[in-house]
Amino acid sequence: MAKKTLNIVESAYRAVMEEQDDTILWLLAAMQAAGSEHTVVLRGNAVNYAVAGQGVPGLTIGEWKQTQTPKMDRDVIDLVQKWMIPVFVVEEDLRERGIAREELVPGVTLVARSSLPALFAEHAVVSHW
Amino acid sequence: MSKTTLTIALMDPPYESENLTTAFRILDVAARRGYDLNVFAYEGAAGLAFARQAPHPNPVHGKNLAEENHPTTKDQVAALLAETERHGGKLDWVNCGMCVDERGVSEFVPGTRRGSPADLHAFTEASDNILVIPTK
Repeated sequence: MAKKTLNIVESAYRAVMEEQDDTILWLLAAMQAAGSEHTVVLRGNAVNYAVAGQGVPGLTIGEWKQTQTPKMDRDVIDLVQKWMIPVFVVEEDLRERGIAREELVPGVTLVARSSLPALFAEHAVVSHW
Repeated sequence: MSKTTLTIALMDPPYESENLTTAFRILDVAARRGYDLNVFAYEGAAGLAFARQAPHPNPVHGKNLAEENHPTTKDQVAALLAETERHGGKLDWVNCGMCVDERGVSEFVPGTRRGSPADLHAFTEASDNILVIPTK
């Protein structure tokens, strides 16, 4: 049985245009497919990944055009629904940014900072990205 | 009216930050205006024009190679070279030679060249303005 790993994702929108996704969410999905057992906590600026309806126009340089732009809300939904990875969002970090629960994609769970130690205790490994 | 010449110094490696996307957006606009452009690709940015970059499929996205259509910075550099020329400007893209050697990325896309800090000095002297986008 795989070690349960809690992944705290804080670095946000780093190279998502060039990679067309978030490299850590991608890594966790790929590892889950290989048999890992992951949980994700979005904190800091990364809470914005869970905001529904976000998007960005592709990069254009002369006649070169990017056709597959990153869609972070889609990637969070995929984590929950396709890859069966629980996703928590730190509610204080949402509040500080003026983001309401109603703006988030379905399937994510809010967690208070004071509840994080209990979440840590449920996992064998805690990784902070 | 004399032609505008801009220099941009880059440090970030490809696929690591949003800084390069910002740089390419600025460079694209400048190219469309017919400016002469100098780029000094320093440290990790020396890999931007590395010719052996290859796109890949994305199994997490469930997309094959064509569907994912993954961007490469070498293609972006080549597109910038073409766009600059199309609008009557010049792009002198210099890859820091020692940075290139450290990383083993000496095969560049055509139209870029190997250089040294002396090129950044020359660019600075000849430019109307210089923008540094450093690694943070």
